[in-house]
Amino acid sequence: MDELLLGAMTGFLFGFLMQKGGVLRFDRQINALLFKDMTIVKFILSAILVGSVGLQWLADRELITLSHKAMNVGAVVIGGLLFGGGWAVAGFCPGTAVGALGEGHWHALFVIAGMLFGAALYAEAFPFLTDTVLAWKDFGKLGLPQALGVSPWLCIAVLWGAGIVVLVWCEHKRV
Amino acid sequence: MYSKQSNQKWRPYVAGALAGLLAIGSAYATAKVMGKTAYLGTSTTFVRAAGMIEQKVWPERVAANAYFQKEKVKVDWQFMLVCGIFFGALAGSLIGREFEWDGMPSVWAKRFGPNPLFRAVCAFAGGAVAMFGARLADGCPSGHGLSGVMQLSVSGLAATACFFLGGVWVAKKIYRKGGRYG
Repeated sequence: MDELLLGAMTGFLFGFLMQKGGVLRFDRQINALLFKDMTIVKFILSAILVGSVGLQWLADRELITLSHKAMNVGAVVIGGLLFGGGWAVAGFCPGTAVGALGEGHWHALFVIAGMLFGAALYAEAFPFLTDTVLAWKDFGKLGLPQALGVSPWLCIAVLWGAGIVVLVWCEHKRV
Repeated sequence: MYSKQSNQKWRPYVAGALAGLLAIGSAYATAKVMGKTAYLGTSTTFVRAAGMIEQKVWPERVAANAYFQKEKVKVDWQFMLVCGIFFGALAGSLIGREFEWDGMPSVWAKRFGPNPLFRAVCAFAGGAVAMFGARLADGCPSGHGLSGVMQLSVSGLAATACFFLGGVWVAKKIYRKGGRYG
């Protein structure tokens, strides 16, 4: 099996599931940020709760290797907040913008165009950022179990607990 | 049997759980096929696509750019994943008869009016800021929010928290005035 074909098939299923999950809609994403419609949170949390168990199970048996991205504090926090701000205006993240086109929301094209521009802009800014924000405190490729010195399964149990609390709250509030 | 409404209620949970299974299966399959575990993500592809477009008009700049060198401007597994997302979503919406040409989101129009040029400009600007932030954070909600948190990565948890903090704050600010047009 060719890796490009594998990627395409995986993406196809991912797009299909996002469509079925109802997360490819501007209204749903903005209303999630306004706490009026938590559909995307339900989707993300359900995926995380299931995925975390399976990934850890595979990692324990060394069938996969986990791949943590560096906890570069400035980059993650500033980048994350910037993303959030842009997201609240754009109404899509990169994956859902592409998926939204598949559901007919052609206005997502402008978001995608902007994202391509933003990526090119970042490439220009990278040397400057390398000497500034990216050079601040970096904890490296860190997993929560290692950071806390506890078993990953304990972390997963806590994740499940927190996730269920959030989902029950969403249903209770009918959002 | 089930009312249409309760069917709809379960969709994000079922689809989300299946997406979790997909992430697991994909990790296993990529480790087997590529010898390297790959995780769901999308924002790096935008860097590569931007590089491909820029290469057409300004190839020397792309070749000399450290970031494009780092991320490599090429069609790879993730690039095909992003392309696949479009077709999967298309298939899903056609099969479920939910495909609908839509040029203006209603939540936006209710707040800011139906001017398509204004929407286009804001969509572009929002997308640019979002992607800049995602690249700085080295991931988007798929990469950090799904894959990162699933792996219990500290960066994934922190990034996702910041995505939502930033998003909630800005959304509250700009939608505070409510439906002036609705």
